[in-house]
Amino acid sequence: MTTPSIQVEQAPSVQYLLRLGDTALILAQRLGEWCGHAPVLEEDIALANIALDLIGQARAVLTRVGQLGGQGLHEDQLAFLRDERDYRNATIVELPNGPGRPGDFAFTVLRNAMMATWFRLMWERLRESSDSELAAIAGKALKEARYHQQHSADWAVRLGDGTDESARRMRAALDMLWRYSAELFESDDVDSWAAANGLGPRWDSLREPWLAEMREMLDEARLPMPADSAFRSTGKTGVHTEHMGYILSDMQYLQRAYPGGAW
Amino acid sequence: MMNPAMRLAGDEQRAARAWDVLHTVLDPEVPALSVCDLGIVRDVVAHPDGVEVVLTPTYSGCPATEVIERSVIDAVNEAGLGPARVTLQRAPAWTTDWISESGKRKLREYGIAPPSGEAAVNQDRPIRLVPRHAIECPRCGSKNTERLSAFGSTACKSLYRCVVCREPFEYFKPL
Repeated sequence: MTTPSIQVEQAPSVQYLLRLGDTALILAQRLGEWCGHAPVLEEDIALANIALDLIGQARAVLTRVGQLGGQGLHEDQLAFLRDERDYRNATIVELPNGPGRPGDFAFTVLRNAMMATWFRLMWERLRESSDSELAAIAGKALKEARYHQQHSADWAVRLGDGTDESARRMRAALDMLWRYSAELFESDDVDSWAAANGLGPRWDSLREPWLAEMREMLDEARLPMPADSAFRSTGKTGVHTEHMGYILSDMQYLQRAYPGGAW
Repeated sequence: MMNPAMRLAGDEQRAARAWDVLHTVLDPEVPALSVCDLGIVRDVVAHPDGVEVVLTPTYSGCPATEVIERSVIDAVNEAGLGPARVTLQRAPAWTTDWISESGKRKLREYGIAPPSGEAAVNQDRPIRLVPRHAIECPRCGSKNTERLSAFGSTACKSLYRCVVCREPFEYFKPL
């Protein structure tokens, strides 16, 4: 027996918050894969700690989704009982942790730096949200995102401006990841609704400040600023890569196999 | 029927007693500190049907939050002031500035360097993480210390080492 999946309503407020919460949740799930496998103990702890903060943020946002939506859904139902097409995370966070197993540390560092910068800018803006609960979540998450950004950017500089091998891996990571950043700055009707109603910013309004901070970091890391790409990923509309199903089967297995299981 | 003025006085007394009880409820991850030292108790309100304790969580993902909620409710109930309930208040966000002076002293005595210097959130330039300001060794007081790990055994701490007395110690990160 399996637990039936839930469908979430299409209201723009719900969709806007799901994009945010799911992006934090899926990045946390990826970072969790490093637990026990990072190149050094300190970074193993760091990646797990960042994942823990992201899970906390995702929990708060998904709880808010449950309150705003008319269905009275619990955070756990939203996390564990939605199918792939109902997940709204940006594609960049569902990509595996770089080539090989358990992944590539440079790839994870670069993605964390890109995402922490994006989250920090997003939380800064969301502190002004017309939804006071979301504004409160943002006030707390902002502090955490700054620490994540500092830590990841510091490592990006250390690796980019490090040995030939570390620089080569950072350039390879940049090649793989950069094209997926475009989705973080695409806006659509959901964004327009959120901006018009004061819920949160249009994602495209974060592009310039994000690029400026990336340029600064990449300069310091002696890495080239990549050119724009025409490629557009579509995770936040529910159309994911082939990797997404595997993440969900890992993450959702327990609740699907043992409905309502708790410990 | 109770005189409203008497009831008000009674409510204040119950709230004051609940505060006393909360001073004995310890943070499970830093048991040197009570929840009051930690600065997470925002308010205690006595209602006719029980006592409400308003808490502000420290980190979004801190696993101790739920344990603390449970301990607070149990302690207030055991003191006969219940039924207790906990309300979580996220705004304004918790900051290490709310750790009391006695809390900072207790941290030092426990071997954890209390938060000092600038909180990451107050720096205008997020890049360039490694804190350049000196953290004081809680054992020998030397400022000749170095960071071993940006993240530590719990979300709120990082790991340092004293170059002079050679002891490793934890540092409560400013937030």
